[in-house]
Amino acid sequence: MTTRTEKQEDSMSTATTPTRAPHSDVPTGHKEDRVGAGLFDPRQLVKSLPDAFRKLDPRVMIKSPVMFVVLVGSVLTTVFSFKDPGDWFGWTISAWLWLTVVFANLAEAVAEGRGKAQADTLRKAKTDTVARRLVGDTEERVPGTELRVGDLVVCEAGDVIPGDGDVVEGVASVDESAITGESAPVIRESGGDRSAVTGGTKVLSDRIVIKITTKPGETFIDRMINLVEGAARQKTPNEIALNILLASLTIVFLLACATLPPFADYAGTQLTMVVLIALLVCLIPTTIGALLSAIGIAGMDRLVQRNVLAMSGRAVEAAGDVSTLLLDKTGTITLGNRQAAEFVPVGDTTEADVADAAQLSSLADETPEGRSIVVLAKEKYGLRERHQDELFGAEWIEFTAQTRMSGVDVDGRKIRKGATASVISWVEEQGGTVAEDADEIADRISEAGGTPLLVAVDDEQGARVLGVIHLKDVVKDGMRERFEELRRMGIRTVMITGDNPLTAKAIAEEAGVDDFLAEATPEDKMALIKREQAGGKLVAMTGDGTNDAPALAQADVGVAMNTGTSAAKEAGNMVDLDSNPTKLIEIVEIGKQLLITRGALTTFSIANDVAKYFAIIPALFAAVYPGLNKLDIMGLASPDSAILSAVIFNALIIIALVPLSLKGVRYRPVSADRMLRRNLTIYGLGGLIAPFIGIKLIDLLISLIPGIG
Amino acid sequence: MGPVLAGVLQLLALIAALALACIPLGNYMAKVYSSDKHWRVEKWVYKGIGANPDTEMTWSAYLRGVLAFSAVGVLFLYLLMRLQGVLPGSLGFSSVDPAQSFNTAVSFVTNTNWQSYYGEQTMGHVVQTAGLAVQNFVSAAVGMAVAVALVRGFARSRTGALGNFWSDLVRGTLRILVPAAAIAAIVLVACGVIQNFSGIHEVGQFMGGSQQWNGGAVASQEAIKEVGTNGGGYFNANSAHPFENPTPFTNLFEIFLILVIPFSLTRTFGVMVGSVRQGYAILATMFTIWLSFVALMMWTEFAHHGPAFQAAGGAYEGKEVRFGVGASSIFAVSTTLTSTGAVDSFHSSFTGLGGGITMLGMMLGEIAPGGVGSGLYGMLIMAVIAVFIAGLMVGRTPEYLGKKIGTREIKLAACYLLITPALVLVFTAVSMALPTPPHSMLNSGAHGFSEVLYAFTSASNNNGSAFAGLNANTDWFNTMTGLAMLLGRFLPMVFVLALAGSLAEQKPVPVTAGTLRTEKPLFTGLLVGAIVVITGLTYFPALALGPLAEGLAS
Repeated sequence: MTTRTEKQEDSMSTATTPTRAPHSDVPTGHKEDRVGAGLFDPRQLVKSLPDAFRKLDPRVMIKSPVMFVVLVGSVLTTVFSFKDPGDWFGWTISAWLWLTVVFANLAEAVAEGRGKAQADTLRKAKTDTVARRLVGDTEERVPGTELRVGDLVVCEAGDVIPGDGDVVEGVASVDESAITGESAPVIRESGGDRSAVTGGTKVLSDRIVIKITTKPGETFIDRMINLVEGAARQKTPNEIALNILLASLTIVFLLACATLPPFADYAGTQLTMVVLIALLVCLIPTTIGALLSAIGIAGMDRLVQRNVLAMSGRAVEAAGDVSTLLLDKTGTITLGNRQAAEFVPVGDTTEADVADAAQLSSLADETPEGRSIVVLAKEKYGLRERHQDELFGAEWIEFTAQTRMSGVDVDGRKIRKGATASVISWVEEQGGTVAEDADEIADRISEAGGTPLLVAVDDEQGARVLGVIHLKDVVKDGMRERFEELRRMGIRTVMITGDNPLTAKAIAEEAGVDDFLAEATPEDKMALIKREQAGGKLVAMTGDGTNDAPALAQADVGVAMNTGTSAAKEAGNMVDLDSNPTKLIEIVEIGKQLLITRGALTTFSIANDVAKYFAIIPALFAAVYPGLNKLDIMGLASPDSAILSAVIFNALIIIALVPLSLKGVRYRPVSADRMLRRNLTIYGLGGLIAPFIGIKLIDLLISLIPGIG
Repeated sequence: MGPVLAGVLQLLALIAALALACIPLGNYMAKVYSSDKHWRVEKWVYKGIGANPDTEMTWSAYLRGVLAFSAVGVLFLYLLMRLQGVLPGSLGFSSVDPAQSFNTAVSFVTNTNWQSYYGEQTMGHVVQTAGLAVQNFVSAAVGMAVAVALVRGFARSRTGALGNFWSDLVRGTLRILVPAAAIAAIVLVACGVIQNFSGIHEVGQFMGGSQQWNGGAVASQEAIKEVGTNGGGYFNANSAHPFENPTPFTNLFEIFLILVIPFSLTRTFGVMVGSVRQGYAILATMFTIWLSFVALMMWTEFAHHGPAFQAAGGAYEGKEVRFGVGASSIFAVSTTLTSTGAVDSFHSSFTGLGGGITMLGMMLGEIAPGGVGSGLYGMLIMAVIAVFIAGLMVGRTPEYLGKKIGTREIKLAACYLLITPALVLVFTAVSMALPTPPHSMLNSGAHGFSEVLYAFTSASNNNGSAFAGLNANTDWFNTMTGLAMLLGRFLPMVFVLALAGSLAEQKPVPVTAGTLRTEKPLFTGLLVGAIVVITGLTYFPALALGPLAEGLAS
């Protein structure tokens, strides 16, 4: 639908059935948790435990430098505890350090676990299929895995399509529920923008010949499985940068701890390795280090839950940076079907007369436009919808693409409604004349971006035009508010349409977009993207046609519709299984939410350290420098309990934040300033204060254990 | 008038003077570094050193210039000191020994001006004037050049070019530092600072006995010592010496000189990146930290408990009565928050917490306002780090001044961030762990540890001030502080210039409502917070065992 030029001439809709019913997910104002994910189920933690232990493999752990340091620390404290088996403190610290590592792995395992269920259903669709390969005119049966790119295969009703490809012959209805979850079958036909079929989907009727376009193992369904399982996950640029920052902070704290023994020796106290390692683990940013990959996986997962497949994490991140959105008018901004908005009488007829005639003549018109006329007549003029069999002896003239008219002959009256040119010539054929203002009104409607349809009648007074029906492109509900939000987020929306500039302008104003590109050709669109990018902006767009492919590839975020051609799906870096272009806005929000969650937890993690120092430093040194007791503002029970409390808090906070890292920090479309103020208060200030309270509470509990307090 | 009120009034006068000077000086410096005209005398210099001032340099070429020039500087200064004994005009002083020559040469070239010698008993006129004074100018100009290169990195797009090092060096010296120092020297002479080439005078004391007084070109050196945030005194007593700093006015004037270029460079930065408000945000960050430190310092020094202090009206030990506690506090904070290191009072005699404030000031990385040039680039690196974390929190790839802070940028900034803490902590730890170096400590306990910690904090951050008490003129301390100074100066420059190069290559990202506004007070607050928290976390254990243990003991 992207670049399909909207026909300006007043043809009514052609007879093709839409592949899928129009989506009803029009945004409705503010919903608090718009880009949140499903609820977090604590049982997932238990279920993912085995995976968490499996991830203790150092070769896996090394990928997260912060947690690797904790792992090494855990091993070392355990070794020291073995040397001094009577030291309960060493054993307890070791246990909690191990728990810290396991908790981190658990976070990742839970995040991955959510994708696994989806992957399993996909695998079922990928059962080994037998392909009916065409060699010349003969068919041979080969396993689906042996297909090569360019092979032709035949699929008939009941067959599972053996691989990704394009229909080159025939038309069939296909059940794609295996990938989209949508049970209604879709039409796939050779040529045009609906030729792509996906391996693993099922042909329900007819026979098609498919040209295989993807190697087995690299098909759409294979990639999807990899994606939802997180197997193909690669670190995104921001994640890498953050990892570098975290690694350097880890080194700083490693230095601060490693240089401490000579200082302490001089001060006259000996620090044990267990205590030093405990201090180190408390200081390095374990909270964010533990949750970083879970955040990334959960971000992808949130997209998957919205039936969007991102081919790379990079694209998800880029979505957060997008500053220009290219949106197609039809289907994205407008409902896609023109609808009757008004009946304009001509000459001395009344509006009610026009409405009556328009309704009668549209009863035989099953196109959405025809239906909308009947609906308008009912809603605005209270005309009850009459049924065709109510009127005896009526002869119904159905709408066809050739006549471009529909109508009825009843009681000696002939009523017609249709495209201006068709109706005018019909009136003239019947020997009538067309009033001048009919033309004027029609022109005015065209200029305002609408489509005029004429209503004419031939009765005892002769053939004449009664009035004009104003068909309008209807802007979806809530779009204006949505664009308003985007503007507040600093994102400019550009409407792309094949309409002429006048029409485009009218709709652009109504929808509240920032700019529009009228009479757009694929080349224009490409030029627009390049121009925006040259100014340093990141561009997102949707598309489905083969002629969209270059622009989809050029855009920083190119979302291909699943109904689109394989060329479009290949070119974009995301595929929307629902084929709903409005989803681009949600994708942007998910991208932003991903980055915000990382930043917020990093801030939280660093801010946490302050309290830990206030717990540990007096515990370590107050014995030699009693003045340092003044730093013990929490009034902790004993040095051992202070250190232990800090370590326990450090471990527990990871588990406590798993739901947040999976769900993402709440995101609302406000300006950067307000967002920063809010997040700084919650995660900066909160991160500063929370551990003081948490450590004190844990200390209170610990001090209840006899022999410690 | 009470001493507290006097201190506050001096502080207000200082702030007013700085406020007046900042904009014109900042604008002037921006013009100096952006102009395409060469002065005649500059052309002679370029001809003399065989440099073409009009070629644009990539970051690596710029860095090669910085390193080559500095290497030559170290070598020249080293030889000058090693040969002092045979050179004329050396007041009869012998050659300086190798370890101390290395230390001093590095110290002056790195703009540190750590002095492990007694100026009036070691260095003659030739070394002071042709060696040390020259480095006072050019080492400052090198710092400013690197800062300007980084600013160009932000200001320029789609180019690898960062300007010309030789032109920036020569202009910084001839158009900014020389005129400023000349004016300052005249003011100082007018106020009683000496400026002559007379030799050593035997002077009889009131109580009998005799004393040696040196003459020298003190005012001229004093001027550049402060203007270039150098800090190496003509005399060992530095700015506490009446020949260097005779009156409360000269004291306040010297503080002004220390601060004026570092603060004004924020304006230069704002003008050069095309948004003076961005410059003000950086200025506000520096000023907030500086003022809080001054307030804290005055508070600990005035309010210190104990009968002696209360009788004296404050912690007077080690401070000049002619300046008072207030002015000494302002001086101490200003000299440690810039990379100056000049002192008008003894930091080791400050209260425990006061000594800690001077140390923490240096540990921040000399960025509030920091050394000439080095303060600006240090602060901009911190801004990059703060922008990265905060930028993520607004849901975009972080960007600062229209440049994306990506993997490469954060890698370079993180490396910069690592260097000084690593130098300070490792050198201090090794010194404490080895058997001999702790013998240099004069005091025992926490104060003794503070002496060593202070020495390496000062050297690694290129400050140069000393916590008196430590005998730093040993082979160990001469060599190790020398290395700390070298690495603490030039390794960060490598990363700064690499970052500048990487920024200059980028295309700018346009500002939208979704962009983090780095010119707003919120960001300034965030930046202050990030600096204090990151530094605090790094040094808290070390500080706890030194100044905190001492300061909280009573």
